[in-house]
Amino acid sequence: MINPEQITASYSKGWSPYLAGALVGVLAIFSVYLTTIYMGKSTYLGASTTFVRAAGLAVQIVDPSYVAENTYYMKEKVVVDWQFLMVIGIFFGALLSSKLDGSFKLERLPPLWEKHFGSSVPKRAVFAFVGGIVAMIGARLADGCPSGHGLSGMMQLSVSSFVALAMFFSFGVIVANLLYRKGN
Amino acid sequence: MSIDQLLGLATGVIFGFLLQKGRVLRYDKQVAALLLKDMTIFKFMLSAILVGMFGILALHEMGLITLSLKAMNVGGVLVGGALFGVGWAVMGYCPGTSIGAMGEGRWTAIFGIIGMVVGAGIYAQMYPFFKSTVLAWSDLGKIGLPETIGVNHWVVAIVFAFITLGMFRWFEKKGL
Repeated sequence: MINPEQITASYSKGWSPYLAGALVGVLAIFSVYLTTIYMGKSTYLGASTTFVRAAGLAVQIVDPSYVAENTYYMKEKVVVDWQFLMVIGIFFGALLSSKLDGSFKLERLPPLWEKHFGSSVPKRAVFAFVGGIVAMIGARLADGCPSGHGLSGMMQLSVSSFVALAMFFSFGVIVANLLYRKGN
Repeated sequence: MSIDQLLGLATGVIFGFLLQKGRVLRYDKQVAALLLKDMTIFKFMLSAILVGMFGILALHEMGLITLSLKAMNVGGVLVGGALFGVGWAVMGYCPGTSIGAMGEGRWTAIFGIIGMVVGAGIYAQMYPFFKSTVLAWSDLGKIGLPETIGVNHWVVAIVFAFITLGMFRWFEKKGL
């Protein structure tokens, strides 16, 4: 069995998830209001479109005409916009928070991964890389991830977001159990 | 830097700070949630949704903001949602938390991030194919839950609040 205490032992000094989550709710409200005032368009928290723009920016270096003529890049627009900076901000916010409370840790492999699959970094890299490809194709098909659908869409009572979140979690639960349950 | 970018950066820094303080960034937390052994991520997300929902519905009712619903494209949401769930469990991060995990020193999240950028590139290449297949099955448009079931949005929000608070009580009782 995985002992939850073991996993969280070095990591337990955070805030209550209820409090931190509720403050994200407050942030979401302010963010929608401020973007409406200052940008003229109500803009909601989300992350996965930024990965499309990052891909577009990367491909542009090699082949600008490919990006210019691709219908999906035309649709999503390859620009460094509000959300792009928001995603970069997540990095710095997490860095700041973890440095301030001492939970920052350079970690080779997640403990739970090492327990089940050993200490090979290349093995983890391949899994994470392939998982990332599959997850992002899925997020783009569904038009959102746990931020865009899970938080923003649910707050607006969007039908698509309720269904998307149910799909994210149910398939996530099935695959996680197949991968990590055995041999506990 | 434009005002859009500054606003985005400030929002992201606070978002990342709160994600880290809520301890939801780590691979172990994400996977433990999917194994239904640790409800931290559910507590965090549902708290955010609950608070955000009442504020956003109120601002919308006052005419201060516009809603931006995502279309209920049946094939896209079902197939895409399933694929996302599979990839999420294997990678152990979602798009937003992968960036935050890097911030708190979990540098191997970079492999997932590179995978997601490559995945986005593959999607852009395959977009015409998806558009004429999965995404063409049935699109119900940008529909909200209140008008779909024919009740006022505050009723839906209050029912959602009761269900959520009931779940919180259950989590705490079970020590999850």
